[in-house]
Amino acid sequence: MKDFARLLDALVFTPQRNAKLRLIEDYVRHTPDPDRGHAVAALTGDLSFARAKPALVRALVEARVDAELFRWSYDYVGDLAETAALIWPDPAGAAGPPPALSAVVARLHAAGRTEIPGLLAQWLDGLDATGRWALLKLITGGLRVGVSAGLVRAALARLGGVEPAAIEEVWHGLQPPYRALFQWLEGRAPAPLPARGASFRPMMLAHALDEAELAAMDPAEFRAEWKWDGARVQLAAAGGTIRLYSRTGDEIGAAFPDLVDALAASGPLDATLDGELLVARPGAGDLAPAPFAELQQRLNRKAVGAKMMRDRPAFLRAYDLLFEAGEDLRSFAFDVRRTRLEAWHLRERPPRVDLSPLVAFGDWDELKALRARARADGIEGLMLKRGDSAYVAGRPKGPWFKWKRGPLTVDTVLMYAQRGHGKRSSFYSDYTFGCWRPSASGEGRELVPVGKAYFGFTDAELAELDRWVRAHTTNRFGPVREVEPALVLEIACDSVQRSTRHKSGIAMRFPRVSRIRWDKPAGEADEVATLERALES
Amino acid sequence: MAAPHPQTWLMPRPEGLWCEPGGFFIDPARPVDRAVVTHGHGDHARPGNRAVLATPGTVAIMRARFGAAAGESLQALDYGQALRIGAVDVTLLPAGHVLGSAQVRLACQGSTVVVSGDYKRRPDPTCAPFEPAACDVFVTEATFGLPVFRHPDDRGEIARLLHSLAVFPERSHVVGVYALGKCQRIIALLRGAGYDRPIYLHGALQELCDLYRRLGVDLGALLPATASERGALMGQIVLAPPAAIADRWARRLSDPVVALASGWMRVRQRAKQRGVELPLVISDHADWDELTRTLAEVDAPEVWVTHGREEALMRAATLQGRRARALALVGFEEEGQ
Repeated sequence: MKDFARLLDALVFTPQRNAKLRLIEDYVRHTPDPDRGHAVAALTGDLSFARAKPALVRALVEARVDAELFRWSYDYVGDLAETAALIWPDPAGAAGPPPALSAVVARLHAAGRTEIPGLLAQWLDGLDATGRWALLKLITGGLRVGVSAGLVRAALARLGGVEPAAIEEVWHGLQPPYRALFQWLEGRAPAPLPARGASFRPMMLAHALDEAELAAMDPAEFRAEWKWDGARVQLAAAGGTIRLYSRTGDEIGAAFPDLVDALAASGPLDATLDGELLVARPGAGDLAPAPFAELQQRLNRKAVGAKMMRDRPAFLRAYDLLFEAGEDLRSFAFDVRRTRLEAWHLRERPPRVDLSPLVAFGDWDELKALRARARADGIEGLMLKRGDSAYVAGRPKGPWFKWKRGPLTVDTVLMYAQRGHGKRSSFYSDYTFGCWRPSASGEGRELVPVGKAYFGFTDAELAELDRWVRAHTTNRFGPVREVEPALVLEIACDSVQRSTRHKSGIAMRFPRVSRIRWDKPAGEADEVATLERALES
Repeated sequence: MAAPHPQTWLMPRPEGLWCEPGGFFIDPARPVDRAVVTHGHGDHARPGNRAVLATPGTVAIMRARFGAAAGESLQALDYGQALRIGAVDVTLLPAGHVLGSAQVRLACQGSTVVVSGDYKRRPDPTCAPFEPAACDVFVTEATFGLPVFRHPDDRGEIARLLHSLAVFPERSHVVGVYALGKCQRIIALLRGAGYDRPIYLHGALQELCDLYRRLGVDLGALLPATASERGALMGQIVLAPPAAIADRWARRLSDPVVALASGWMRVRQRAKQRGVELPLVISDHADWDELTRTLAEVDAPEVWVTHGREEALMRAATLQGRRARALALVGFEEEGQ
């Protein structure tokens, strides 16, 4: 538990991806089984307990500490697990040894609800403050240490000196504490490849196209598809099981029973499809994608109601076939897989699954023109895929490109700047910007924040921006500075959506600084109304 | 006849804590005629007083910091030596806070008050340890007066710094420290942990390190952190004032790990707000356990709290059966802010 706590503690404070990788790698290299496997599961979110409720933690503390002092402390610290960890007094008698992480996991899984308070108190007695914090975070759920499952797997790849894709390939068939995985990574056993079935296969990802590269690319070698503005998913069906996976391999089928159940009811399927999850405009006959915001209503939900499924029915727009009847097609060329996909689709006629059509084009100029006109709902741009490309995990450079449609740009005024993290911690690098609107009083105009951006500029520009912010500060709030409304930032974004969370009523997707308009007077920046006109219907 | 209550002769005034029968202030916030100064930190020792009484260490620190403005007459009084000022017997006792830091014991009209200044109870190789003294009124700080503030063993914190240096050998480790006390204590702790490479100093820390050495504290090899070429301080420990660690000054360092040595680092959110990557919970102030233990040890029936989180410490004093009162003195800063 002590090493795990030290790892979590270090991760909380480490902003750089590379440094986080090193910390996790260092931990799994020096920690024995099964502790390291449980730690990995805790970090990837694959470990869960019947959770200890905050009320239980509070009651345990108040049995040992004056309630008034606890209340003042909680007010000051603001986080229950941390307050409890810090305030927990040293035990009166000799405490037992600190528990091992694996012992905590095993006993919590076995313990009945009434045993948990006693166990917890005994462990808290045996741990130091950081250990107590880690324990309470672990059992109350949600570590929030800024680590994704993908990052943990990348660290495991470094431990074994293998490609991250190789970890992805085996990952989804494994269970904590992952002994077989570590045996393989340490060269003591072969790779624990998943059994055939409806398991997740790591996805192939595309690079963003740099248009300058087009000249060197032969249009005859590439196929084009629309890039759909939905959620990339993998649908795996085998042996009567149908699973829907997110791009990171998380199962999301429970949130889309309309799609999964329709497929299950249509007869036995044995295939793994790569495609885009979309929601349809209801009553549109053919499957017509609704804007991304509609799909977003259905993502990140554990369960879904009937009305939601009626108003926003889900469907899959397939563009690749990875497995068919147990046969692994991934080493075949894209053209071969496409032919197989079309034949499969024609034969099976699966409900709520259509195909993403190939977009015919003669040369790059023609395709450019098609892309420029493509402003229809649900289309984000184009995908280019080499006809001879095998399906490989990860993001190989060359075979696949995404070519998004041109961004929207809007001139905004810099309002607040915040210090960045890591390498940028000495720079004001996170910018909140606003647009004009008629002021509430009816006289003149006021600025209202419309978004926040922290990339899109060079290091040299960052240094200039930082200087500007320091010289034009009008107010400070901790790490945030309010600045004179005098600098225009041209912001690019992929789209504009309605939002109830922002004061301006709109939210931008992928906002970034496209140009710093040192030349432009702030009064000439855009109005909120300009952004509202760009709202997707 | 019962001794008059100390509040009749020792009281807060806008200038600071005023001892009437002695005619002096303790740690006045603005210039006064006669001042007794507990230690050299800027919120306790200020320039411009006419006559100053302090320990030899504090006098030396004030001279180094303020030059002629330190005072027209500076009188040094050794720990444990009594001095009669007016109707008061004044004795300075070690406070364990920084070099030269003292508690002020005042005996007058049959009762005794100890004004402890800032203090800590754990060993510090750079200064004399706190000496508990029995008294009728104990005047205490409460900087870390909440039970969540319990500083871990400082050797463990230094071990975390050295562990980070081992994991990231190509990165500079810049540690934010106060120029007086924290800086020299961190150096001494590093030396105690066997770290014998040169330690690099921001220019603002040099003078007090030199002074500590002259006063007999061994700090090992120290070099100025003035390297102009990038990467020159790769894998080195660099000490700098807290304001410099995540600001423009630190950009000269090689991809620095930003550390800050302060009791506030106990609370994660506070450390994150400061952009600190490696928080080191090392403080020159008493933590909660030290504060409450000290109240019990000096066993004064009455406790006055000068600054910090008064309400919780007063509650703890009350739970120990003591009378407690907040003095609400102004002008004292939170450590490391």
